[in-house]
Amino acid sequence: MSEPMVKAEGVHKRFGRLEVLKGITLQVMPGEVMVLLGPSGSGKSTFLRCINHLEKINSGRLSVDGELVGYRQVGDELHELRESDIARKRAEIGMVFQHFNLFPHMTALENVTCAPMRVKRIPRDRANTSARELLARVGLPEKLGAYPAQLSGGQQQRVAIARALAMEPKLMLFDEPTSALDPELVDEVLQAMQQLAREGMTMIVVTHEMGFAREVADTVVFMDAGVVVESGEPASVLSRPRHERTRSFLSKVL
Amino acid sequence: MSAAGATDAPEPNRRPDEIRAVPVRHPGRWVATALILLFGASLVRSIATNKQLEWHIIGQFLFDHRVLEGAVVTLELTAIAMAMGVVLGVVLAVMRLSPNPLVSGPSWLYIWFFRATPVLVQLLFWYNIAAIYPRISLGIPFVGVEFVHGSANTVITTFVAALLGLGLNEGAYMAEIVRAGIISVGEGQTDAAQSLGMSRLQIMRRIVLPQAMRVIIPPTGNETISMLKTSSLVSVIALSPPELLLATENIYAVNFRPIQLLIVASIWYAVMTSVLYVGQYYLERHYARGATRELALTPLQRVRMGLFSFRRREWS
Repeated sequence: MSEPMVKAEGVHKRFGRLEVLKGITLQVMPGEVMVLLGPSGSGKSTFLRCINHLEKINSGRLSVDGELVGYRQVGDELHELRESDIARKRAEIGMVFQHFNLFPHMTALENVTCAPMRVKRIPRDRANTSARELLARVGLPEKLGAYPAQLSGGQQQRVAIARALAMEPKLMLFDEPTSALDPELVDEVLQAMQQLAREGMTMIVVTHEMGFAREVADTVVFMDAGVVVESGEPASVLSRPRHERTRSFLSKVL
Repeated sequence: MSAAGATDAPEPNRRPDEIRAVPVRHPGRWVATALILLFGASLVRSIATNKQLEWHIIGQFLFDHRVLEGAVVTLELTAIAMAMGVVLGVVLAVMRLSPNPLVSGPSWLYIWFFRATPVLVQLLFWYNIAAIYPRISLGIPFVGVEFVHGSANTVITTFVAALLGLGLNEGAYMAEIVRAGIISVGEGQTDAAQSLGMSRLQIMRRIVLPQAMRVIIPPTGNETISMLKTSSLVSVIALSPPELLLATENIYAVNFRPIQLLIVASIWYAVMTSVLYVGQYYLERHYARGATRELALTPLQRVRMGLFSFRRREWS
């Protein structure tokens, strides 16, 4: 049995006095696709942001690929990691955001090559070559020189996926990647994600796309009010939910 | 096209009759226009026919080499002081936004101090710095190691005093402008850059500052225009070589024609300001275009691209 890619044990997160995560325990195996479902405010996005340390957890243990997120354990003590170490670990985790967050002053190609060149110090021509391949893979081979403002939402999100993949991550986090898209642009992004899942990428996806959850997910986790209500295979959670809260949520989104 | 339209759409070539109504009369406007014309004409006449103004003296000194050299010094002061201000402003703004109070505190204090005291007083202070620090040295404090040292009067020339007074003061104002630009860039940009593993410095330099430029450029143009005229304050510290205002003052101290020479100075200030004005206009236009589609360009490219897009629009 291999080590889990992501392991969370009793993860708590507070913003001021507001407790957003109240003890999340779950694990994601390498190559697994996990879909997080739940009403807004249930803590799905916050949990995702904790995994690459965009948010600091207040208690519990959270580790990626066997290493604690944001800390180093020395005996019984936790030591905070230096910023450069945190950045190095973040570079191994790709993230795709609801509002794309492409760099508007760079072309699609520059968006994709920026981090490999600056963070991994890959020479420009090699970065360009692999960026071209990645943009072709997400179906945008002809948009290299386009600025984000010249692209549709779906195209922007696919550039964002290519940008994250350019760092060759071992884990991809998707934070409602299709929620800001026009309905007819959702499919092209989901297809790119589905292809990625087929290639064996470990993925955690926060989404309201039930079709995607049913077809692509290995595990579906339903969260509400900062706790995991239930989890399991998509067929069982989506078709035969055991908890009333899950049932009422699913009846509204399906 | 089939003619079997379901609705009775009007024929495309026949427009409905245009309304011809009797316009409302505005007698007040006519009266106001007449009064303004009358006032303007009398003002022009009083200036043009005023023997005391001695227009030929203005013409005589407008291109005097002392005046032109003064204008060049004014431009030098403006350019160098603004460059100091921009560099200081970026550093102070980044410090000010640091979560570490030992870094943001001094920046706050600097900005407070230079905005709390008049720039004229600061200029006089730097001019008289030798009175409190007769000897200036560069070295490691407390251990007595000195790399260079010299008398304050030779290190702080009037030109250096002028630059210190104008540049350090400008840094405080530019810091606030740059800070406004930085906080105008959405947090999502930092999130995305962080998630790619970029360092804080890389994020600031590659992601945030290039986008902040759009917000920073217009008020910086304003500051440059302001600096051009504020540099005339330097005339109080006997700058040598003299800048524009002092150059004209030196002339009227001899020929007793202050009004004519002040008009000469004003004409040159207005000319230089207008050139900056045009430059700022194109820059703003360039950076205001729709969404941010541009890369951060060199200043030359910015001006050139600004001009180009303007021309293209004119012809279309």
